[in-house]
Amino acid sequence: MKHLSDEELVLHYYGERVDGADEHLQACDTCHASLESLGRVLRSMDGLEVPERGEGYEGHVWNRLAPTLGEPRARWWSEWFSPRRLVAAAAMAALLIAAFLAGRVSQQRQQVAGLSGAVRERIMLVAVGEHLERSQMILIELVNNASAGPVDISEEKQRARDLICENRLYRQAALTSGDRGVSSVLDELERTLLEVAHSPSKLDSAAFEEIRQRIEAEGILFKIRVVGSNLREREQIPAPAHDSKSL
Amino acid sequence: MEPSDAAAIAQIRAGDADAFRVLVERHSRSVFRLAFRMTGNEQDAEDLVQETFLRAFRQIRKYDGRAGFGTWLYRIAANCSLDLIRLRKRRQEQQTMADEDGQELTAAVRSETPGPDRQAFSGELKQLLAPALQRLSPMERTAFVLRHYEGMCIEDIGEALGVRPGAAKHSVFRAVQKLRQTLEPAVTLGRS
Repeated sequence: MKHLSDEELVLHYYGERVDGADEHLQACDTCHASLESLGRVLRSMDGLEVPERGEGYEGHVWNRLAPTLGEPRARWWSEWFSPRRLVAAAAMAALLIAAFLAGRVSQQRQQVAGLSGAVRERIMLVAVGEHLERSQMILIELVNNASAGPVDISEEKQRARDLICENRLYRQAALTSGDRGVSSVLDELERTLLEVAHSPSKLDSAAFEEIRQRIEAEGILFKIRVVGSNLREREQIPAPAHDSKSL
Repeated sequence: MEPSDAAAIAQIRAGDADAFRVLVERHSRSVFRLAFRMTGNEQDAEDLVQETFLRAFRQIRKYDGRAGFGTWLYRIAANCSLDLIRLRKRRQEQQTMADEDGQELTAAVRSETPGPDRQAFSGELKQLLAPALQRLSPMERTAFVLRHYEGMCIEDIGEALGVRPGAAKHSVFRAVQKLRQTLEPAVTLGRS
């Protein structure tokens, strides 16, 4: 008897359609117990308390909001995502990476722009972690695409193109710092991103299947997950008093 | 009788900004709940409520009525939350890193999130829930909150997050996996 996967159990719990799940659960004690256990954990999340809003809350929201409805100006954090800010942020990121590389190459322990080596390293950990998560989403979308017939990957192509430059910088940083594990996965990821970015926007099912199978065969998704998980663990480690040597 | 969402939207589109008040009054509490679950912070949630309604007002012409107004609003709220969480995460990391010794903050975080054993034994499972949710990646947290608390289907979550259903499904699944790893020992101990 083939048991239900964890993913199928989660989908079933949330009422999504899983073929044959009901019949299987009636016949299989193991899967039934797994579903019960999953249900206990998820039901415990219902205990997450949300502070109650007082009487007249709606009026309070409206009173704050009404004067701003005519204003064309964006809110404070929206400004962080305006094109002008994004360009500035990209420039800052490039400078930071350049500073990181310069610091690594020269092996000097002096501070760059007031940031120690350990600080730069941790900024890189966060940035690379986010980069891997964004890349992972593209690959998952491709691998999970179950369309029959021609597939439109124009969206994934655009996103892959956006990530390639970033990937190259992170790979070089990892290489310079001697972090072979990270640089090797980024190298593989770069090849995959390039392949996606240079593919036609519309693929016939055979061409799409070829890309999909290559992604799966190379195990790039698994490698990204492992590296991402390692980076997150390293983020949790308190910064040492002295500079460290790896990414 | 209060006007329906559709009637209020028609009035707003005709230039009556005050009609937006009906929508604010009808949906602000639920948007606050969503925002609080996403951010875990009351003040951030309040700011998100404002930002969500402001964006909704400015984009009201784009609302095509395919989904309910509440669902459309949740999508906006989820995206505002996602933006804020990512920004906060970056700022927090930089702040932590720029902190010369960084020890105080680390100690504070640790004291707020005691280990599973201690929590389980003191029977305070509830205290584990918010930190468990905060440990998810922004994408996983959004997908989980929309699925678990708001009951959105995978397709709508995908639309809200700007990803395909397969990726949305995967985010929900990863979130549940991580929550299970964190909470299962305490939930099991709580039963025994």
